[in-house]
Amino acid sequence: MKRNCWNDQNGRFLPEMSLDFMPVDKLKQVQLQRLQATVSLAYEKVPLFRSRMDEKKLKPSDIKSLKDITLIPFSMKKDLRDTYPYGLFATDMKQVVRLHASSGTTGKPIVVGYTQEDMDVWAQVIKRGLLATGYTSDDIVQNFYGYGLFTGGLGVHGGLESLGATVIPVSGGNTERQIMIMKDFEVTAIAGTPSYFIRIIDVAEKMGIDLKTLKIKRGLFGAEPWSDGMRDYIEERTGIKAYDIYGLSEIIGPGVGCECECQNGIHIYEDHFYPEIIDPETLEPLPDGQEGELVISTLSKQAMPILRYRTRDITSIEATPCPCGRTIRRIKRIGRRSDDMFIIRGVNVFPSQIETALLRAEKALPHYQIVLDRKNHLDTVEVKVEVSRDMMSDSMSDMDSLNKRFSHSIEQILGISVLVTLCEPDSLPRSEGKAKRVIDNRAIGGSL
Amino acid sequence: MKIPQISIFVSNRPGRIHAVCQSLADADINLLSLTLADSGEFGLIRIIVSHPEKAVEVLGKSGIVAIVTDVVACEVSALKGGLAKLLSTPAGSLQIDYMYAYPTCHQKDKAIMILRFTDPDEAIALLEEAGVKLLSKKDILG
Repeated sequence: MKRNCWNDQNGRFLPEMSLDFMPVDKLKQVQLQRLQATVSLAYEKVPLFRSRMDEKKLKPSDIKSLKDITLIPFSMKKDLRDTYPYGLFATDMKQVVRLHASSGTTGKPIVVGYTQEDMDVWAQVIKRGLLATGYTSDDIVQNFYGYGLFTGGLGVHGGLESLGATVIPVSGGNTERQIMIMKDFEVTAIAGTPSYFIRIIDVAEKMGIDLKTLKIKRGLFGAEPWSDGMRDYIEERTGIKAYDIYGLSEIIGPGVGCECECQNGIHIYEDHFYPEIIDPETLEPLPDGQEGELVISTLSKQAMPILRYRTRDITSIEATPCPCGRTIRRIKRIGRRSDDMFIIRGVNVFPSQIETALLRAEKALPHYQIVLDRKNHLDTVEVKVEVSRDMMSDSMSDMDSLNKRFSHSIEQILGISVLVTLCEPDSLPRSEGKAKRVIDNRAIGGSL
Repeated sequence: MKIPQISIFVSNRPGRIHAVCQSLADADINLLSLTLADSGEFGLIRIIVSHPEKAVEVLGKSGIVAIVTDVVACEVSALKGGLAKLLSTPAGSLQIDYMYAYPTCHQKDKAIMILRFTDPDEAIALLEEAGVKLLSKKDILG
């Protein structure tokens, strides 16, 4: 039987799928009802939201249409830190069945909570992403997102179980064992961070295992921005289809949005998460199609409703409908985050630009790290690049020209000179499978 | 007549040569020669060992990047002018990327030079034609 948007591959009706195709009027009606309920909940139960709304003399009853969302004050990561650990919770701890937290590499971690209803929504939205990218209950899925306090591992796990797929909860790390499991367990699909999968690709090659000969057909990647170049690289090297799943812990974790099989933008599960784009400088809302900062309000979260959360992710809402027919809107894939941006000698630089430059120079995607420093009042950029076997040569002059190819390519894109340093594999730090791309020593170590 | 030499990429930091040697020692691999080339931030270690394939495998498992390069081992006279004579043959005008002396030679008046030619096959043909004694993989690795 031919699959269509309402049924799975066996022709069974899937109620979750129909949510992606809701008529727009109906969707807006659901969004407004849920927004009103969320604003009331936040106002009644969360002192921070209440005091901010009181300051603006705003009452929940003032939200009469979706447009009125722009009246509500923004929230941001700092609010979660300031109210650490439970200050933004809207329910009693008795109702909270799960806690997650950020890794806390900078100061205190942020803590997020879920009621059982929240957990069900979380599993449902990830299941919708899995269905949209061709996962079925027949799949054997290796989940190498980190398990634990990080929302990635257990979040995707819940979605996979809800789909009825066979989950292998391998978590991150021990790359050789990952590859052994992929092969021996006849894994048909995977999920994890793209930078860690690049590592798996490199190690598999070292072990003499061609991932193209395995049964893996698709992968869901997220938790960090990754470029189209990286997608092409993954798909060419492994023969799998690579899809982008979007999310952030503050909202729910992975599953705020996901690509469909068209691979042309991330559909936001708008019936649960309301997206807006604002100008990060003026904070004014921007129309569909225009690039700015993504702001999300939760529409159904119970334990921790969040209103107008500034994600720092830079994207735009696609103005045209997707060929798949989903009525839920898409955002452009996240290439950069406003807080990833650094300014060097007056030039705005995003790590994704360095990634593009490295791919252009070598048609390979090495692990890299950007180190910013200040020497004699001058900002310096060092790009450390891990050398793989493919890139290595026995000739010193070849190695020097590899270095020059990288630095030329970066200079062409950024217009500023950088120092490229070739490093040994695994010598650059990785945290939780997420790549830590920028180290800024200018404020602490540099001589100002 | 090509000899497998292993080239290893290392960051220029204390302890990296030790890490390479320890991995080989733990795998019972004997080091027959070692030379270093360095370029500020990184270096290339070039070694000839008793078990080249196994060496690449164990180094790889320790996360060390290593590749195999073919080099040529020539016997030359240890007397004055020995190396000049070798390089005066037609092979001496080919592109030589680098060369070094092999440390162990059991004959007093002979020395062994390891040469890396850009095109080793062409070099071997020319050297053999000129009557230069080339050592085989078995001669060197045992």
